[in-house]
Formats: sequence, structure tokens, C-alpha cells
Amino acid sequence: MNTIWFFLITVSVIFSVINGKLDEFTKSIFDGAKSAVEVSLFLLGIVALWLGITKIIEDSGLIHRLSSLFRPFISRLFKNIPKDHPAVTSITLNFLANLFGLGNAATPLGIKAMQDLQSLNKDTETATHEMMLFIVINTASIQLIPFTVIGILAEFGSKNPSGVVLPTILATILSAVFAVGTLFTCRKIFK
Amino acid sequence: MSTVNLISQLIIPVFILFAVAYGVAKKVRVYDCFVAGAKDGVTVVLKIFPYLLAIFIAVKSFQASGAFDFTKELFRGLFTVLNIPIEVLSIAIIKPLSGSASLGVFTNIVKTTGPDSLTSMISAVIMGSAETTFYVLAVYLGAVGIKNTRYLVSICLISDVVGIIIAIGIVKFFF
Repeated sequence: MNTIWFFLITVSVIFSVINGKLDEFTKSIFDGAKSAVEVSLFLLGIVALWLGITKIIEDSGLIHRLSSLFRPFISRLFKNIPKDHPAVTSITLNFLANLFGLGNAATPLGIKAMQDLQSLNKDTETATHEMMLFIVINTASIQLIPFTVIGILAEFGSKNPSGVVLPTILATILSAVFAVGTLFTCRKIFK
Repeated sequence: MSTVNLISQLIIPVFILFAVAYGVAKKVRVYDCFVAGAKDGVTVVLKIFPYLLAIFIAVKSFQASGAFDFTKELFRGLFTVLNIPIEVLSIAIIKPLSGSASLGVFTNIVKTTGPDSLTSMISAVIMGSAETTFYVLAVYLGAVGIKNTRYLVSICLISDVVGIIIAIGIVKFFF
């Protein structure tokens, strides 16, 4: 991330000098700061909401029941998570929220999953294989129906707006398989 | 389609009702419990904020400085040779960086090329099958304070590129 951030900032400054867009550059970093505040305020609401709900699930013991229910599916991929660990449930809930396109629930539950995975981490500043696997699956955008995209296509009078569903699912599965495969390959190489 | 839509609408209300009802049945003080959990949420978001700030500033200035347009020009030749509409490139580059910006670019593509054009189809599949990678990385890694990401970021970037190639390939095959 350090390299990428340095690259983006440096390239942006150089380009704004060449293109005579220094004003735009300065304006854009304040714009970016404003967006960060707006997004964080939005996150503050939904993350607090969902962490409130998941706390109820934890204290009532429901989370352990759900964990044992979902364990067969998750443990095939996430081999190092102990039986009945809360991470099983939070990972599953995040995946389900993603599948149904519930972005507002997926992000908070994903944060919860990262916290649960962190509790299993010996070196708290280094990402574990399980964390990387979780993030890689999330960045592959596992969604059954892309509602927003279909909505826009329909709005502009597409003859068959849901025609994109099948290609989208196929593309998602293939790219997710590629990403997870690459991760497991890297794990073998860098062990 | 409508069944999936209905399930999507039902899933959150049913889940919340079940969580609260089960809590009451197990004699959990649900209100106090919810507030305690929500308080954790506030701490987490405060922790994420600096990471989001760093990403948003970098992405916005990259667009504003003209560096984004230059990147597009770099790939223009390649896309022309492969007979892929050049507008697809905008979506391909912007999607991993910004969710709202990519939605704007997508809407514009649908408006200008028509909703049933090859360009719109490819863009739609990329919109649905790619994720705002940098945002996800910033939020999830920031939430737990991970600094050493090992090979994670490289894998995410390579997968983004491969994902876009897959999306283009599939649409060209289907339509």
C-alpha cells in the first residue's frame, strides 16, 4: 500500500504540473478529504448498527449455534479457524450479505469478521492467510444479482436488462476462482 | 428475478427480528447489549477514517491531475487492436478506485452508446463482477490495524486485471 500511495500522489503532482492543473490538484485533495468524512459518517451509522445487532447474537449464544451450522461450508476454505469460533459466523454473514447485494450490511459484518480473524492472529500487524483469503473473496464481488446495474440498464430502455445476470455471475465465479487460486499458489511459494 | 429480489428485501428484517427475539428468549438485556455493540462501532470507524482519507485523497488527485486520462491514452492503442470499445477502459480503471465515480461513468456509457450496445454490456458485467478494491483494502485492513499486507495487494491488483479480461471475454463470447 505504501508503494501504491506514494506512486498515486507523486504521479498526480507531476501530471498537475505538466497539465497546468495545480489548482485542480489542490481542490481535489480537499474534495477527497470531504468525501472521506462523508463516507466515514455513513459508515459510522451502519457499522454501529450492525455491531450492535451482532453483540446481541454473541451474548445470546446464537453466534455459536450459527457457527456450528455454517462450519461445514466455511471450514473447507478457512482451514485454520478453530471449531465454533465466532469468525465462522461473521465470515458467513458477510458472504451472504454480499451474495444478496446488501452492501450496507456486508461492510460492517466484514469488519466484524476481520476483528474475529485478528483475535486468532499472533502478529497483530501482519495479515494472516485467512484474512487475505477473506479480503480476496470480498474484492471479487460475489453477488448473485447486480440490482443497481440492471436498474440503470432498464432506465435507459434496454430490451433485456436482466440479460447481464448470467455473464456477470460467470465472470464473478471465474475471477474469484482465479484470485483464490493465486492466493493459495502464493502461500505455497512464500512459505 | 422477483423471488431473489423478495428474499433480498426480507433477509434483513427477518434476521434482526430473529436476533432480538432469540436474545430475549435467552434473557439477554437486548437494548443495553445493542448500545454496547454500537459503541464498539464508533471506535472502529474512527480507526478506519485515516486510511480512508489517504485513499480518497490519492484517488481524487489522480483523476483531477489528468493522470487518469493519460493512463487511458496509454492503453488506447491496445484496445483498438483487440477491437474492444475504448469506453470500457474508463470503467476498467475507475472501478477498483471509486464506487460512486464508476457508477457515474457507467451511466454515461449507457446513455451515450445505448443500453443494448456491446460497450454497455461489457461495462455492465465489469460493474457487477469487479469490486472497489482500494476501498475494501483500506476499510478491512484499517479496522484491525494491519500494516504488513504481504502479497495481498499484488494479488488483488492482478485479479482485477484478470477479472476485467474475463468479463470482456465472456461478453464477446455471449453476444
